[in-house]
Amino acid sequence: MSDTVVRIENLRKQYGPITALDDISLEVERGTIFGLLGPNGAGKTTAVKILTTLVRPDAGKVEVAGTDILKDPDRVRSLIGYVPQELTVDPYLTVEEHLRYYADLYHLSAAVREPRIREALGLVGLAGQEDRRARYLSGGTKKKLDLACGLIHRPPLILLDEPSLGLDVHVRRDVWNYVLRLKEQGTTVFLCTNYMDEAERLCDEVAIIDHGKIAVAGAPAALRSQLKKDVISVEIAGFNEHEREKLATLEKAVSQLAIVQATTKDGARLKIDVESNEIALPQILERTASLSIPIRTITYSRPGLDEVFLHFTGRPLAEEKEKDA
Amino acid sequence: MLEFAQETKAQLVRWMIHLRREPFNIAFNLLNPVILLIFMGGAFQGLAQGSVGGDYRTYLLPGILALTAFGNSMAGGIPLLFDKENGSLLRLMSTPISRASILVGRFLAVNINTTLQCVIILGLGFIFGVRIAAGLGGVLALLVIGLLLGFGVTVISLILAFVLKNHGDFFAIIGISALPATFLSSAFVPLDSLPLWMRLIAWVNPMTYMIDAMRSLILSGWDLPLLVRMAIVLLVFDGAMFWLGGRVLRRHLA
Repeated sequence: MSDTVVRIENLRKQYGPITALDDISLEVERGTIFGLLGPNGAGKTTAVKILTTLVRPDAGKVEVAGTDILKDPDRVRSLIGYVPQELTVDPYLTVEEHLRYYADLYHLSAAVREPRIREALGLVGLAGQEDRRARYLSGGTKKKLDLACGLIHRPPLILLDEPSLGLDVHVRRDVWNYVLRLKEQGTTVFLCTNYMDEAERLCDEVAIIDHGKIAVAGAPAALRSQLKKDVISVEIAGFNEHEREKLATLEKAVSQLAIVQATTKDGARLKIDVESNEIALPQILERTASLSIPIRTITYSRPGLDEVFLHFTGRPLAEEKEKDA
Repeated sequence: MLEFAQETKAQLVRWMIHLRREPFNIAFNLLNPVILLIFMGGAFQGLAQGSVGGDYRTYLLPGILALTAFGNSMAGGIPLLFDKENGSLLRLMSTPISRASILVGRFLAVNINTTLQCVIILGLGFIFGVRIAAGLGGVLALLVIGLLLGFGVTVISLILAFVLKNHGDFFAIIGISALPATFLSSAFVPLDSLPLWMRLIAWVNPMTYMIDAMRSLILSGWDLPLLVRMAIVLLVFDGAMFWLGGRVLRRHLA
């Protein structure tokens, strides 16, 4: 088998006048966590629905573990576990009844069913709650059950649509841990999210999607470094009128460094835009020492995926989220 | 084939668990038939004696069985509509199951439920003194006739579940369909006593044939020509609904 679990080539999907996906191409390697990142309405859910064979593409080629979704949709369905954004547990059924239900839908034999149910329950921390009805479970526990139902047949590919939407902080962290555990077991995970922290925390690769197009794709760290912009902020100690000169001197000195892109003065602080703080910091410290400039604090920040999104799409992610809500 | 049985069984089990854990759903559907049997049967007993020739509850029972089968079958698609609305149906369709299993599983569950409800109505009738002339075999025949109507109506309901956009419309249709369907038949009064225009509608209403056959089983025993006529009408009705359902649902479950 090839090591590419998801292969999407020139995928297009149009809903009336709305272009949901506009010539998308991407690949997901086996055993990695891939994140499709973008605001609501960017086309993420459409992409997942095509991968789960629920929506037919207008054009393009989509393969899951080497199987074309149009040629053999049934085989694709048996290769994936799909956990939609909405909770889909049945309030009347117990935890265990849910897993039995899905075990039968995935045609597991009676012999493997029981161990698989234990395994799925264990993975999401629901062991001991087999007989509780979903109606009486908290929202977070329902989500865990939903996840377990998607794992019962040990699919090579798990598709998670907004896995932590509406969950409180500790459940979110739990869900992230399960996703990381799946990866350890060799499962490939394809997730959609509009949370930057989720993508940063989990994903080996992300593709930022906006208006149905992939704006940029790559490892989160690589995307950040493409911005080539770390910010170092130097605060001078005992700042007064006299020291203002020192700040100007320092600014002049660091501006000569090749690695420095721009500087701005801000009160007692000098903000220095650099390509990479690892290389820039020692050089800046050396300058301050040789000029005998006393330093109170020195901090640096690297851009998050928020800035990456802003950089590649020209607008902030959060603003778009509010507009769609 | 084995896989189809496994996935259909799983879905049927789910619906049976609903039935067991939410008995109020049955009570809800039985409310109207039971009110009619107990109160209408009691209230019109004296009034109707002359025209129906005997105990009015006994006369009413077939119509009430028909109403029960109709109401339960008509409501049968509702859970699928809820599944559609909350995303479970899409998730179900992302599993490697035959689309037909979704319909077959629900269809079986609805008709098991219908049989159960008809048994309850027959039991209540027995308590109120209704006796079945055709005996125990007649009871079985009544249940089978109930199912023959239920089959076609269930398919209508499954079609509505996929065609309608929200469950409000669905409840409205269920609410307004049951009474005319039963009143425009021989459920409550003999056909001869209906005005002509109502009689004409009743004449094309499959429920009329069903009720006439049931009534003969209850009042007088086995009337083969009547049963054959009923079976033909209901099987044609069921066949037409299955044909329509196949065409419509294939599109919606692609």
